[in-house]
Amino acid sequence: MFTRRQALMGAAAAAMLAAIPPMAAFANEAEIAGLPRERVTLVAPPFVHAHQQVAKEGPKVVEFTMTIEEKPVVIDDDGTVLQGMTFDGSIPGPMMVVHEGDYVELTLVNPGSNSMPHNIDFHAATGALGGGALTLINPGEQVKLRFKATRTGTFVYHCAPEGPMIPWHVVSGMAGTIMVLPREGLKNDKGEPITYDKVFYIGENDFYVPRDEEGNFKTYESHGDSYADTLEVMKSLTPTHVVFNGARGALTGDNAMKARVGETVLIVHSQANRDTRPHLIGGHGDYVWEEGKFANPPAKDLETWFIRGGSAGAALYTFLQPGVYAYVNHNLIEAVELGATAHFLVDGDWNDDLMKQVEAPGPIPTH
Amino acid sequence: MPHHLIDALIGAAAALAVPATAAGIAHHSYKATDIEETVEIRTIVLDFPAPGEFLTRGVPTASPVQPVKVGTFRIMKQQVGAETYALCVEDGACDPADSAIPNEEDTPVTGVNYLDATAFAAWYSKKTGYPWRLPTADEAAAAAGERFAGDAFSATADDPANPAVAWLRRYREEVAAKRPADPAVKARGFYGANANGVEDFGGNVWEWTSTCYARTALASDGTLESRTNNCGVRVLEGLHRAYMSSFVRDGKSGGCAVGTPPEHLGFRLVRDDTALAHARLAAARLWQRAAGS
Repeated sequence: MFTRRQALMGAAAAAMLAAIPPMAAFANEAEIAGLPRERVTLVAPPFVHAHQQVAKEGPKVVEFTMTIEEKPVVIDDDGTVLQGMTFDGSIPGPMMVVHEGDYVELTLVNPGSNSMPHNIDFHAATGALGGGALTLINPGEQVKLRFKATRTGTFVYHCAPEGPMIPWHVVSGMAGTIMVLPREGLKNDKGEPITYDKVFYIGENDFYVPRDEEGNFKTYESHGDSYADTLEVMKSLTPTHVVFNGARGALTGDNAMKARVGETVLIVHSQANRDTRPHLIGGHGDYVWEEGKFANPPAKDLETWFIRGGSAGAALYTFLQPGVYAYVNHNLIEAVELGATAHFLVDGDWNDDLMKQVEAPGPIPTH
Repeated sequence: MPHHLIDALIGAAAALAVPATAAGIAHHSYKATDIEETVEIRTIVLDFPAPGEFLTRGVPTASPVQPVKVGTFRIMKQQVGAETYALCVEDGACDPADSAIPNEEDTPVTGVNYLDATAFAAWYSKKTGYPWRLPTADEAAAAAGERFAGDAFSATADDPANPAVAWLRRYREEVAAKRPADPAVKARGFYGANANGVEDFGGNVWEWTSTCYARTALASDGTLESRTNNCGVRVLEGLHRAYMSSFVRDGKSGGCAVGTPPEHLGFRLVRDDTALAHARLAAARLWQRAAGS
């Protein structure tokens, strides 16, 4: 039997096959086994492990290990405690960098000290719920997943166990980013190569901490204790905290990001759950991949860029003036009241041509 | 003069004329014996950095420290208590404070703005028969004695050609001075007394003063060129000086600067029963009679 529906689907499949670029020359296990391997040690955000911007060699297998840690974390100055869940101990999880055509080989460890099953869904990966269906592990287990980085860009990864556990694990901190660079590096809107001197990785979190009758944030003994109340706050869709890198002030003060006039920074901004709109106060986005996907030409000279919930974007900027810059979610209520503010400290010479206080503040002249 | 102020002054004058207990202050449960204990601060000449922003020939400079004579006055030994403030609220003379309900502990009132503090002073004057008011910033400094801090960080333009040098220096200084969070309001007396016997100054409750924020322009020889007062913003003294809009009750959201904002906002009052105050009261009575009300 060959139904009309099957015929239609067959036609659709044929059309899709025709649309797939010739890269569909898939490698077999022996070929992959023959590739060079590189073992990368991840570093905590906002920093990113050392990497080449332009790949000097051919594709390789890049090995990463992440250990899942369930742990209480302090998320504001008042000492509010979130029953956190983390990839490798940090919120967000560390950023991985590979090149298009590389293989990502992740060992995911769920130590016996944890209480829940976890997994990982890579938005950069193809199939099996982004790897989620192949990586669900109980406390005391580990798993190894390999996927081929076929699309360039910045992509979210997150925990996605099942049902209501998915959003709960994500808003408890289990999300991070992978950046897949084109082998020839980044290009501007004209296709000319561009590079960065530094990369900063910002993960934005929306947290939902229950309050007691008096309006004070509640502290729980365990993740399990916090679950029911937290779910109720989550369903209000009104976060109690909107922060960068896991806590109010995590990227300010001693931990403010540092640069110099003339330096070019790539700012990767990741939000696994909720829309956001980064803005560098007093600066711009010279080149911005709002959707984070490097196959698309970057937008130029943006004032604010939009990061869709469940995606990561990238903005490239060369600092032109020294000073203290605030980098915010430009919903300013979220920036100031809920915590989504970071700082850049930029040293260097002031440029009077770009800006000058022509007259100091003083009384309004009367005639 | 606003009418309610006249009321307060007249009320106070009436109360002064007779012993407080006999002055018909039976209203509510407030007793004259509840009057806050005060400390006398004797006339003193302070090396006082005036609050606000200073410009010398258009360039930000540090507040020049100048000798300021502060005459004798009496000030509350402790900050105004939450319990006493609640009585003012019950009387309908004060707005509720933006802070947790007072517990059994005798805590200072917090979560109050400048307007709340002045409303309380008017009510408290009526209740007690003494004229009470907020201290000025220099009175607060005199009372704070060795605990006075003033502006914690210099606004001086380190390099007039590059304003960012001062911004970055100040940011780094503020980071280095960052203190650990101290969010819990403590019982009155917790932070102890200074050499004047004034308690809790420089703890985690900043204190409103009546002094307005000002921008002062100085000539190169340091003489005054101009001053613009902004009385919508008042000076608070405490662990470090702070400037807050008069309607702000929460130090954390009210600050306009980077750095560690005040933990809590409260106040203590000056008892204005000096000869000068008596003269002011007499003048107020005369004025009211002349106004025919």
